[in-house]
Amino acid sequence: MSARTRELFGLLPVSLLVCAGFAAVLVAQSQEVSDLTVTYGAVFLGLCVFGHLFIRARLPDADPYLYPLAALLAAFGLVMIYRIDTELAREQAQWFVIGLVLFCATIYLLPDHHVLERYRYTIAAVGIALLLLPRLPVIGEQVNGAFLAVKVGPIQFQPAEFAKLAIIVFLASYLRDTRDVLVRSRLKPLTPTATALLYGIPAALFVLVLLALDLRPVVAVLLGVFVLSLVTLIRERPSLKHFGPLLLIWGAAMLMLVFIRDLGSSLMFFGAFLALLYVATARLSIVGVGATLFLGGAAFLASTVGHVQSRIDTWLDPFDPVLYEAQGGSFQIAQSLFAQADGGLFGQGFGRALLELPGGGNIIPAAHTDLIYAVITDELGLFGAAGLILVYLLFVARGFKTALVASDGFSKLLATGLTAVFALQVFVIVGGVTKVIPLTGVTLPFVSYGGSSILANMVLLALLLIVSDHARRDRARGRSGGLV
Amino acid sequence: MNRQILHLFALTLVLFGVLIAFTSRWSVFEAESLGDNTLNRRGLLEQQQVPRGLILARDGRTVLAESVPEGSGDARIYTRRYPQGSVFGHPVGYSYITIGESGLERSRNDALTGDLDEFGTIFRELQDRTREGDDVVTALDPDAQRQAMELLGDRKGSIVALEPATGWVRVAASTPGYDPNTVDEPDVFEALNAPDNTERQLINRAVQTNYPPGSTFKVVTAAAALDTGKATPDSILDGSSPQEVSGVPLNNAGNVSYGPITLTTALTNSVNTVFAQLGEQVGTRTLVEYMERFGFYRDPQLDYPEDEMLASGVRNADQQLVTSGFDVGRVAIGQGGAEGQVQVTPLQMAEVAAAVANGGKLMQPRLTERVVAKDGRVEEDIEPAQQSQVVKPETAQQLTEMMASVVDEGTGTRAALSGVSVAGKTGTAEVDNGLANQVWFIGFAPVESPRYAIAVTLEDQPVGSSGGVDAAPLAAAVLQTLLEGS
Repeated sequence: MSARTRELFGLLPVSLLVCAGFAAVLVAQSQEVSDLTVTYGAVFLGLCVFGHLFIRARLPDADPYLYPLAALLAAFGLVMIYRIDTELAREQAQWFVIGLVLFCATIYLLPDHHVLERYRYTIAAVGIALLLLPRLPVIGEQVNGAFLAVKVGPIQFQPAEFAKLAIIVFLASYLRDTRDVLVRSRLKPLTPTATALLYGIPAALFVLVLLALDLRPVVAVLLGVFVLSLVTLIRERPSLKHFGPLLLIWGAAMLMLVFIRDLGSSLMFFGAFLALLYVATARLSIVGVGATLFLGGAAFLASTVGHVQSRIDTWLDPFDPVLYEAQGGSFQIAQSLFAQADGGLFGQGFGRALLELPGGGNIIPAAHTDLIYAVITDELGLFGAAGLILVYLLFVARGFKTALVASDGFSKLLATGLTAVFALQVFVIVGGVTKVIPLTGVTLPFVSYGGSSILANMVLLALLLIVSDHARRDRARGRSGGLV
Repeated sequence: MNRQILHLFALTLVLFGVLIAFTSRWSVFEAESLGDNTLNRRGLLEQQQVPRGLILARDGRTVLAESVPEGSGDARIYTRRYPQGSVFGHPVGYSYITIGESGLERSRNDALTGDLDEFGTIFRELQDRTREGDDVVTALDPDAQRQAMELLGDRKGSIVALEPATGWVRVAASTPGYDPNTVDEPDVFEALNAPDNTERQLINRAVQTNYPPGSTFKVVTAAAALDTGKATPDSILDGSSPQEVSGVPLNNAGNVSYGPITLTTALTNSVNTVFAQLGEQVGTRTLVEYMERFGFYRDPQLDYPEDEMLASGVRNADQQLVTSGFDVGRVAIGQGGAEGQVQVTPLQMAEVAAAVANGGKLMQPRLTERVVAKDGRVEEDIEPAQQSQVVKPETAQQLTEMMASVVDEGTGTRAALSGVSVAGKTGTAEVDNGLANQVWFIGFAPVESPRYAIAVTLEDQPVGSSGGVDAAPLAAAVLQTLLEGS
């Protein structure tokens, strides 16, 4: 069976889910199961098949599972949003159509992703500009204290969604070039005495600091990891020249925290950056230094930027009555947890969870965007939510698989970066909703309501498929003895 | 680079595992405590959208509580109405979003809201049934309950009637009552709960108020003495008055001296000095043991909220239950001293009468007979359950004959019914330093095969009142209604 035929079969469960999901919601809202269900299902499936045919024509060797998995997530999101608000679902469906157009356009205009390497600095500049847009007067929009949105006329969009793609492309191409220089240990190994001194002196200093200052355990551990990573890194004698841009990126991430004031998106960007750095250099020490610097910087900022601080307070103690009542306080996260508690093992069923208050309004704030995962847990229970996470995991697995199969450094790093930023976005929002980390306003990819998110993730999917198409074709050629 | 990519995937696995772990933490492991969190209004909001089941009288027709819809569509909510007003206010209780629940509305909340466990919910979903509450059919007799409330009138007091063989509560009247239809109005609720409100209408006197039982407690003393073989109905004891008990003289009522009399005669005429001697012969330990068998020293085993009930027993000056160190002679006649005074609920005394009537076997009292689904299916049949074997059947028979004699020719003649023989015991306890009386009657009928047991008590009756005159006729009237009705 060819890859494309497998992809087509992969769309079968998607169509089943769409029809069954809409039927369940309609039944729960005690309307008749009209042919509306079939219409919705047929239109959605038609679009999916159209996308499939396009891939068949342009990217015949691409990974067969990425597209159906994304379609599954999209179908799931559409049903959830339809259940929350039918009007929003209509808009979301329109965004999917536009997203599909953009998806096809990307594949059509970019037959070879290596072209992107040529424009790396332009792309980087566009990415940074996009991130800073929301801070511009007039068009910038502050939502819940964070600067994440831009509003031009009636259209509001979230530039960070696109910025993440630009920054990944830049990092992948920059690190492809410099990874050899970053990694190379240019001097012969140190003598045992030198090694002992190199580790001994900082260790002694660290112990002294521990004894002198009464640090909190978390801070002490962070400091320890930082010192150890830094010493290991120094031992490698890296080229400072090439680390300049990386320090610059750390600085940019910190600045972003200050400017955007959003812990979630900076965690996403910086996490993806560290992931790429690790894959490119194979040095945990670099990740250690970077992660501790980021956490340290974030902690410092948290104590100075009020908005970030209050997010952390509400995270630590969401049931504090004062925080609960406060404007922008813990009401949201508390409602998220209450909704999940109502779900139990199997959930209340599609369309049966408590959402609307008797007097009008929603009991869960931002149910269709930030907190959609809480609604899913409420209606489908632990099993449904775990199933959703599993679908994301499969998508991520196929993404990393693409990176593994790819033959050149840029393709590997690009696929890794795109996959990592996707996985991190899932972790940041689901982790926020389940109180693993402070809750921040990031969308759940393909599921949450939001035009920017859909468009950006459709482009992300297109890029992954392009990389995959090349990689799998190259490998097939290699297998057949490199005849072509 | 491939190794590093695999490491990244492993990290993703761990991170997503954490997400699933935290989701299960909230949705399963800590779901219950989150549901109970005071900030969580979901339960209340959901209950408001589900019609609670009906609460019905024993006939299955008389509606004691029902839900009426307000609004329409998604905004529809249900509120509670109580067609019988204050007549069933205490046993049924109330249910409002603002002030919560009480009484049966609270103890049977799960059935009334159709609250099922996880698997029950799935089963319901598969059958495509929407959530709705089940109906609760109580054991309460609508005619007898109404009559009991009317007989009590504007006096404070309580009447409790049980079916001895099953424990079903046929009457649970308590005055003054309150109207559960208006109790949620803020000014009404505030006035009812005001500290200076001495009427205390929200207190269910049948189960939540302790009174001195007076001479009705002599039935418990007699049961202990007969059952342990310390005495027989024909034992001769000294009925002279006054007599020294624990160093303090004790009088009979009106200071009448009886001389040597049988135990039956002593109960018939409620002779204090005889029962004080008997109590001292039985001893503290045995008396407390028999009290425990009758259900004293613990909350009534009633299907009613625990914190809306009070245990009966000997209480010291601090209102703590004590099992020793008190004047057993005076406790044996339903009195006591600073070290301990018998305090009982009307339900407890009805249980004493019911245990004697049921051959010494005490059944757990029950307000609910069964839970019925909307489609008529019986969801739960509440089976009668034995609480304890208090005394041997022979002892119960002896006590029955002695108590029949009380109504035939003793202090309880006003409880007699024509054509039906009644057994009973009167009680009159001085309260408020002798300025008022707590009057009692406990009993059952018919003597040959008892079908109903009853306890009647009235608070703050004037000096000169007595259980035989003021309480016994109420018991007779309610017993007659119950016997005619079934």
